[in-house]
This record gives sequence, C-alpha cells and structure tokens, in this order.
Amino acid sequence: MPVTYIQAINQAMHEEMARDENVMLLGEDVGVLGGAFKATEGLHEKFGSERVVDTPISETLIIGAGVGLAIQGMRPILEMQFIDFISCGFDQIVNMAATLRYRHGGQTACPIVIRGPCGAGVHGGLFHSQNPEAWFFHVPGLKIVAPSTAYDAKGLLKAAVRDDDPVIYLEHKFLYRRIKEDLPEEEYVVPIGKAALRREGKDISVITYGPPMHAAVKAAKDMASEIDIEVIDLRTLLPYDWKTIRESVKKTGKALIIHEARRTGGIGGEIAARIAEDLFEHLDGPVMRLASKDTHNAFAGPMEEYIIPNQEKVTEAVRKLAAY
Amino acid sequence: MTEQKERELYFWLRLIREFEGRVSALDRQGKIQGGVYSGKGQEAVVVGVCHDLRPDDWIFPLHRDLGAFLAKGADPNRLMAQIFGKRDGFSKGKDSFLHGGDFSRCIFGSTSMLGSTLPVAVGTAYKFRIGKEDRVAIAFFGEGASSRGDVHEAMNFAGIYKLPVVFLCENNFYAYSTPNELQFAVEDVADRAVGYGFKGEVCPGNDLHSVMKAARKAVDRARSGGGPTFLECKTYRYHGHSEHDRATYRSAEELITWESRDPIERWEVYLEKRKYDIAAIREETGTKVKKIVDDAVAFAEASPHPEGPEAMEDLYATPITEG
Repeated sequence: MPVTYIQAINQAMHEEMARDENVMLLGEDVGVLGGAFKATEGLHEKFGSERVVDTPISETLIIGAGVGLAIQGMRPILEMQFIDFISCGFDQIVNMAATLRYRHGGQTACPIVIRGPCGAGVHGGLFHSQNPEAWFFHVPGLKIVAPSTAYDAKGLLKAAVRDDDPVIYLEHKFLYRRIKEDLPEEEYVVPIGKAALRREGKDISVITYGPPMHAAVKAAKDMASEIDIEVIDLRTLLPYDWKTIRESVKKTGKALIIHEARRTGGIGGEIAARIAEDLFEHLDGPVMRLASKDTHNAFAGPMEEYIIPNQEKVTEAVRKLAAY
Repeated sequence: MTEQKERELYFWLRLIREFEGRVSALDRQGKIQGGVYSGKGQEAVVVGVCHDLRPDDWIFPLHRDLGAFLAKGADPNRLMAQIFGKRDGFSKGKDSFLHGGDFSRCIFGSTSMLGSTLPVAVGTAYKFRIGKEDRVAIAFFGEGASSRGDVHEAMNFAGIYKLPVVFLCENNFYAYSTPNELQFAVEDVADRAVGYGFKGEVCPGNDLHSVMKAARKAVDRARSGGGPTFLECKTYRYHGHSEHDRATYRSAEELITWESRDPIERWEVYLEKRKYDIAAIREETGTKVKKIVDDAVAFAEASPHPEGPEAMEDLYATPITEG
C-alpha cells in the first residue's frame, strides 16, 4: 500500500525507537495528540511518556535538553511544531549543539535530530511557511537534510537518527500528504551526503531539493522533445554532494539551481559560486538560480503563488538558460 | 566532620586561590591569550557544592567556575593547558578558558551565552531520571544569567518533571558592571523558584559550612527523587568581570567589606577554633598547592600549540567524505 511522506516519517520514528531504546522524542504536543500534523502518531502509545516527552512551549529547552540527553548516550529526536519556531532555539543550535564536539576536543558527539515542517504552498503565512536552511547552512558542525520523496523521508530520518552529529531534518509540509509511494518491506537507510539523480539528461543540470524537485521532473518530462534536462535532488544540503553536481555540470555545461527558500543569501548562491569557480571552463552559459521572491511568505493565495517557484517558472527558467 | 576532611577542604580552597592567582598573574604577564574570569572570593561556593558529589554526578560550571573544575577532580595540568590554549587542554586548543569541559570527570564546558547550559543540565537530569540512576546534575549560573529565557525554560521543565538537578546561583551582585537593582526587582533571585514549583533557598556563599549544608540538602533531595532546588549563594568576586575590567563601577568600601568575609580566612578561623596548629597547616598547604600550580604551569608551557590544520579536526563525529 502506498505510504505518504508524513507516514514515512512516522514509520521511521517507530522503527528507530523500536530498534534502539536510546532513541526518544521531545516536542510540543507530540504525545497523546500525536503531533500537530500527526507525524508522531502512535509513538506515545507504544513507547510511553518517558521516551515520548510532551514539553512546554520552550524551543530553547527542547534543543538544550536534547544536547544534555545526547551527552548521556541518548539519541533524541526534537520536534519543532513548525520549523519557523526553530529561531527560538537558534542559540542552542549554533552555539551549543554545533560547537559541542569541537570545543570539547572530540570528547563527545552530539547525536540529535531537529525536525519540523517547513515550507510554503499551504497558505501558512509568515510564521508557518519558512525555509530556514540558509540560517544554518553557514554553521560548521551541523548537517542539514531535506527529503522530497516518501522513500527519502523515511531513509534519511533513519540515517539522521543514527548519525552522531546534530542533524536538522527539514520535512516539507506541502509534501506531507501529496506524495505517496510504495516503500520496501525490508529496512533501508538513505545515506547523508548523497544526492539522487532523478532524471538523466544532457542539456541542462537542474540542481534542486524539496517540492521544486517534483516541478523540475514534470517540466523535464513535458519539455523532453525540446530540451533534455537532468534533475539532481540534493537531499542533503549540508554537506551537499559536490561530486554529483560536478559530474553533471561537466556533462551538460549548464546549471540551474532551484529552491523554494528565497534567493538572496540562499544556498543556491553558494552552489552557483562553486560551479563558477571550479567548472568555469565547462560552462556554456551563466549559472542561474530560480528561487522564491525576496519577500516574506505572504498569506493570500495569489501572492503565495507569485512568490514560490512552480512548474511554469521552472520551464521559463530552463528555456532562458537553454537559449545561451 | 573529621580533621582530615576539614584539612582537605582547606586544601581545595587554597589550591583554587593559588591556581586562579597564578592565572591572573600569567595574564598580566601577557602569557595568556583571551579572557580570564577570576572567581577569587567565591571559592567556598564551588568547594562547598562539589566536594560531596560523586564522581559520576555532572556539573555544568559557568565561566567563572575554574574552581569547580578543580574541586570536581579535573587534572590541574590539563586545566592549565586548556587556559593556555595548548594541545593538552580539554579543547585541544580549539577554545579558551572554560569552554572545554572534562567528560572523564563529568564536567561540561560552558559557552559565553550565559545560562545556556541550564537546558543541557536539565536534559542530563532527565536521562538520570528515566535511567533510574541516582545521579544529580548541578547547573551553575550567575544572578545575571538568571534574567535569560534559557534559565526560565530549563527551570520550568525541571519543575514539571521533578528532575534531579540543583540550580546553583552564584549571586555576586554584578553582571559585568550592572548591579542587581538594574537586573531584577526582587531581593533574592531564589524567590523565583516558587513560580517553578520547587524550593528556593538562600545561603551566605562565603561561609563554607553554610554552603555545604545547603548543597547537601539540595543534592540529597535531588538524589532521592525530591526534585530540583534553587540554591542561591550570596558571594562576591574580588576582581572585575574579566581581568581586563578594573571594576571602577563599585566602591572600595564594598570590596573591603567583602574581603572581611573572605571564605578562606573564615575557614582558617574555624580551624583555629578547633585548636589545630593553623600556622603549620597554612604553611604545609601553601607549599603543597604551590607545587601543584608550578607543575601545572610547567606542563602547560611545555605542551605544544596545536598546528593550524588541527582546526579542521573534531568538527564532525561522522566525518563528511567528499567525492
């Protein structure tokens, strides 16, 4: 039976908590309610209130306590009810968790996962639609993953739980129930740091993640007779899979980076700069970016549509780059 | 208390003062890079709290608690190397002063975001609770840090789950230059404990007996499942916020008043009352602690600086391999 993206997340937590008694969960309303989006459904029932902890509205506490649990051998998953609220725990992430191992000279690890629903497209407005990856992309010591399929949502969460470093896991709420697929019966893990080639092509490399990956694949199919698009789904943003990007751009000579997070200061800028620095002689056109407009994620439908990338905008950007 | 114990406590007070005094002197000589935060005057707090702890209890010291490192059993040599930024320090040179803890002694390294270790201490205490371990976590913080959200969030959570943690507030009356009346509108910070559902206690932090008694009560309560305690020790730092701060914002009279309550002199008076030969103890202890500190400085000076590329080590536990 097909499994939705959010069910895949739920399955990953069920499996990891059953596999390792040190895995636990802290967050707001994650217990009896099963989470605001039902991502944690059934966990409280199965694993009890000591391992599935309902916290007060205290993001600083959730993340800081996660670090405290981690140094005592636990592997906490820390839910931000909406990823926007991660800003309230920013200090504990960038100054506490990210520096923990480094400033202790390698005496400890920090196996925490901070996960929560990110992204626009569901009329969430300014405080329920953000894409915070760039806030953390600049911080050494962190890892960031952003799955776009149910398969990856499950496999990457399992990898994140098993990783000894702090991982920010960005689950896109637009995909929660729109994406479903049959998942393998047997256990699997999607390794952190490896991109997925969603479609092979020879004309243009589209480097993307999250919902725009689906728009890019659809655009690629629709434009197949015109332009042969290769679609790379980064999956892991920090560290990103440079090898896959490099091989693709060397082949196509053209790179378009697409993300839903806004353009200025977005991670697309870093990838574009690296392609320009390292692969200049392979390029047949400018490295281009398609991202959200440089504004807040406005609430009203037409404005939200205007701001975020969609298939139409992908097609337009691809044509523009192909014309070089 | 046995004579041996009383002498031992005196040794720790003196060792900490000697160690910190030497660090201040080395700082003045330009031998230490970065900030040095002296706890001179506050020795009774760290000794009184740490001396009765078990090796596997955890402490979360603040930036001024070098003494807590020593009292909890950190190797003086490695501690001095840490302060020198050398490879044998707990941070292996990656950060300064007390930002690297000693996990072998259950000592957590602080950050400069004061109060930020309290949520971590509470997470640790949560693990002790669910693991049914009778261990405790001691979260040190200053009265200045008590105004931060981290402190409130941690205490609120600890109150809800009755965690085995002691919130140890070292109230030395100044947050850098800002006096208490500009920091909070209450006399005792411990009053805030009421709002978290646990007990707040105030004790004279320069009196080792008082600190020991209050700390033991709080630790016993935590260990036996009675939940957290907010223990506020009123004390005073003789030096400025850091060694670069001449503390001109406070009066000479105030300093003199507090020097008259010096924790080490008080303990000497107590030992004298016990009819011990204080002159002999003072001399013997002085020789002993000087040797330990001399050795630590020699060790730290001999320890190599890390090489530049070592800055790339210890960043990730599961290293990133680039294709």
